[in-house]
Amino acid sequence: MTAQHGVAMALASAGVFFCLVAVVGILRLPDLFTRMHAASKAGTLGTVCTVLGAALFLGEWGVGVRGVLIIIFMLLTAPVAAHMIARAVYTAGATAPPRFPPSRNATADANPPAPPPCDTSAAD
Amino acid sequence: MTVLLDSLLALLLLAVGLASVRLGRGPSLADRVVALDVISALAVALLALAAVRQRLPVLLDAALLVSLVSFVGTVAFARLIERRSDR
Repeated sequence: MTAQHGVAMALASAGVFFCLVAVVGILRLPDLFTRMHAASKAGTLGTVCTVLGAALFLGEWGVGVRGVLIIIFMLLTAPVAAHMIARAVYTAGATAPPRFPPSRNATADANPPAPPPCDTSAAD
Repeated sequence: MTVLLDSLLALLLLAVGLASVRLGRGPSLADRVVALDVISALAVALLALAAVRQRLPVLLDAALLVSLVSFVGTVAFARLIERRSDR
């Protein structure tokens, strides 16, 4: 196993790890906006790392160009798609995202309760 | 090497399965759209790893196509959600 293959496999493993993080976030987070936060950032990072690892492993010019094309395209479109969904749901009448709880000094409460999840049912 | 690639592919398939749980559960249409978006990103990663596993660089073209189509689909769903709320 050459150094190139080792680096490629490490990149691919990191990418798969971030994909799993994104999916766990989608399953576990409480409302749509936080789920989107996990999906669009961790998911994009995972896919980009995996594709970069694959392109590095195969190590030909044509393959590398295709890999870079995929990466550029994903980096361009993932934020746009996430923004469009968020704007659609928000204008459809979702409740405003909960504000940050008051500062620790003001409440003297070490463990403030978690803010309630956003109500996005108005978009349905 | 092949063992590592196979385990990575299995992990990605597991991730697709977990994302389909959210796809089925919802609760709103936007949640399903987000889950579908993640599944297509996972499909791109799967195709890239399959290209390495089978030494078939053509699969990277398929991955590019999947990411293109999924972007168009997500934008269309966003327009649908926005349009339905106008009524």
